[in-house]
Amino acid sequence: MIRARKLSKRFGDKRVLDGLELEVPKGGFVLVTGPNGSGKTTLLRLCAGLAAPTSGELDVDAPRGAIGFLAHEPLVYRELTALENLDLYGRLYRIRERRERCGAMLERFGLWRSRNERAGTFSRGMLQRLAICRAFLHDPDLLLLDEPFDGLDAEGAKMLYLKLAERGSTVLVATHDPGSLASRATARFALA
Amino acid sequence: MSGYAADVTALARKDLLLELRSRDTLPAMLLFVVSALTVFHFALPSDSSARAETGLLWIAIVFTALLGLTRAFAPEREDGLLDGLVLAPCDRSAIWVGKTIGVTAFLVLAELVALPAFALFFHPVSWELVVAVGLADIGIAAIGTLLAAIAAASRARELLLPLLFLPLAIPVVIGGVGASVAANPGSFLGFLGLYDAVFAILSWASFEYVVTE
Amino acid sequence: MSTSLRNSILSLAATGFLVGGIALALFWAPEDADQGFSQKIFYIHVPIALTAYACFGFGAWKALRLLWTRDSRYDLESYTAIHMGVIFGLLTLATGSIWAKISWGHWWTWGERQLVLFLILFLFYSSYFMLRYSTEPGPRRQRNSAVYALFGVVLIPVSFLAVRIAGTILHPTIFTHEGANLPGEMLLAFCICLAGMLALAATLYRVELAGKRIDSSLRELRELLA
Repeated sequence: MIRARKLSKRFGDKRVLDGLELEVPKGGFVLVTGPNGSGKTTLLRLCAGLAAPTSGELDVDAPRGAIGFLAHEPLVYRELTALENLDLYGRLYRIRERRERCGAMLERFGLWRSRNERAGTFSRGMLQRLAICRAFLHDPDLLLLDEPFDGLDAEGAKMLYLKLAERGSTVLVATHDPGSLASRATARFALA
Repeated sequence: MSGYAADVTALARKDLLLELRSRDTLPAMLLFVVSALTVFHFALPSDSSARAETGLLWIAIVFTALLGLTRAFAPEREDGLLDGLVLAPCDRSAIWVGKTIGVTAFLVLAELVALPAFALFFHPVSWELVVAVGLADIGIAAIGTLLAAIAAASRARELLLPLLFLPLAIPVVIGGVGASVAANPGSFLGFLGLYDAVFAILSWASFEYVVTE
Repeated sequence: MSTSLRNSILSLAATGFLVGGIALALFWAPEDADQGFSQKIFYIHVPIALTAYACFGFGAWKALRLLWTRDSRYDLESYTAIHMGVIFGLLTLATGSIWAKISWGHWWTWGERQLVLFLILFLFYSSYFMLRYSTEPGPRRQRNSAVYALFGVVLIPVSFLAVRIAGTILHPTIFTHEGANLPGEMLLAFCICLAGMLALAATLYRVELAGKRIDSSLRELRELLA
C-alpha cells in the first residue's frame, strides 16, 4: 500500500530523511521506531500528503478520503464542541449517516457525555481521544498514527488497542516506545 | 446539494460559528474602524474638503480589512488545523471559498458600523459609495484570504501580510474613491467589478498550490 | 551550442544593438518638435520599461511552469527573471524621473501614468522579495512565490487601467509623454534600442541564473559532505 524508495526530505539545510526504503503491504501493521528527531513524524506527513519529498519516490495507494491521520496536534477546533468538530469532519469526508456515526465514535471512546462541551475545555487525554475519533471517523483504509498512545490514560489506551485490534486496514504507527503494539506488528522499521 | 457547495457551506458555517463563540475579531474591527475615523477627524485641518474625508474613509476600510485578515486563519494556525482541512478529500479551493465568504461577512458587518459612523462624523454617504464598498469588500476578501495563507507559511506573518496586500489594494482604493467622488461613478464601479472577477478567479485557482506542497 | 558561446553571442548582440540604437537615436533620428533634444531619453526610457514588463511576464511564465510541473528549477528561473524586472523597473523610474525633471522641472509627478504604474509594480515586487526572504526555502516558498508572481503579472494590466481612470478624477493627466505616431526614423531607432535592451536583459538573466545555480549546487555539495 505504501512504497518508499530512496525517500529524502530536507528542511532548508537540515536533512531529516535520507534515502529511506520502506514498504507497507496492504493489511500490514507496521511500526516505525526511532528517537526524537529521527523523522518519524516527517515520514507520516509525507505519506499523508501533507508534505512533498525532496527526492526519491513515495507511492501511497490510497485516495485522500481513505486515509486517517493522527498527528501530534489533535486537529480539532477549540471553540467547537466535540460533536460539532466530528460533524464538520463528517461532512468534509462525506460520511453517510453522519450523526449516528459521530455519536457511535464518541460513545466508543467515552466522550459521549462531553459531546456538547467545547474541545478547548478537554484535558490532554480527552483531546487525544477526540483526535482518535476524528482519525477513525470515516473508516479509513490506511491509518497513519503518530504517537497514538500519547496522553491517554489506561482506559483510553485500552479503547484504542481494542479499536486497532479489530481493524482490517493497513496501519503505520510511529512511536518511540512500541510497548504493547510490538506483538501486533507485521514489520518494524527503525529510523536512525 | 452538490459536494462542492456542501463543503463550502460546512466550512463557512464553521468560520462564522467560531467567530460567534470566540468573539475576538469582529469587535476589534468595529472598535478599530471607529477609532480610526476619530483619529482622521483630528488629522484633517478644519477646511478640508469632503473629498479628502471620503479618501480617508477608504483608508480606514483598507486597514480595518487588514486587521480582520491577519486573523483570518488564526484558528487554523493556532492548532495546526489547516492540516486537518487539507487532508480532507474536498477540493482545497473550497476552503478558500468558505474563508472568503466568512471574511466578506466580517467586512460587511464592520462597514455597517463604519459607514453610519462616517456619516455622523463627516458627511452623508452616497449610494455609489455603498455599492463601491460592497464590491471592494469582495475583492479584498478574495485576495486577502489567499495572501493570508501565503503569509502563514512565513516567519514574519504579521509583517508580511500588509506588505503583500497593500500594493494589490491600490487599485481597489482608486476604484472606491473614484466611485465615491467622481461625476461618473459607473466606470469606477465597473472597474471594481472587473478587479473582483479577475482576482477572485486567480485566488480561487491558486489556493490549492498555496496550502499544499 | 554551448552555454558560454550562447552567452557571448547574446552579450555581443546586446552591445551591438544598444550602441547602434543609441547612436541612431542621438545622431540620426530627427528631433522632436515640442521637446527638443531632451526627448531623446525616450529611446532609453521606454525600451527599459517594456523590457521590465517582459521580465515580469517571463517570470510569471516560469512560475506557471513551476506550478504545472513541480520542477523546482523553474523557481530559480522565475526568481531571477523577476529580479531582472525589478532592476529594469528601478531604471524605468530613474530615467522617467530624469525625463520629468528635464521636461517639467519636477523629479516626480503623479500625472505621468507610466511612472505611477511602475511605482505600484515596484512596491508589489519588493513585497515579492520580502516574501522570499521571510519564508524558509523549500516547496512552500517556491509555490507561494510562484502564485504571487502570477498575481503580479495580472496586476500590471489592472493597475494600468486603474491609473488610467484615476487620471480622470484624481490626478489629472495634464502632461503626457504618450507617443503619437512615430516617423520612420524614430521608429527604427526605437526598435533597435528595444532589441538591445531585451538582449541586455536576457544576458544579465542568464549570467545571474548561472551564478545562482552554482550557488545552490555548492550548497548541496557542502551538505552532502557534512
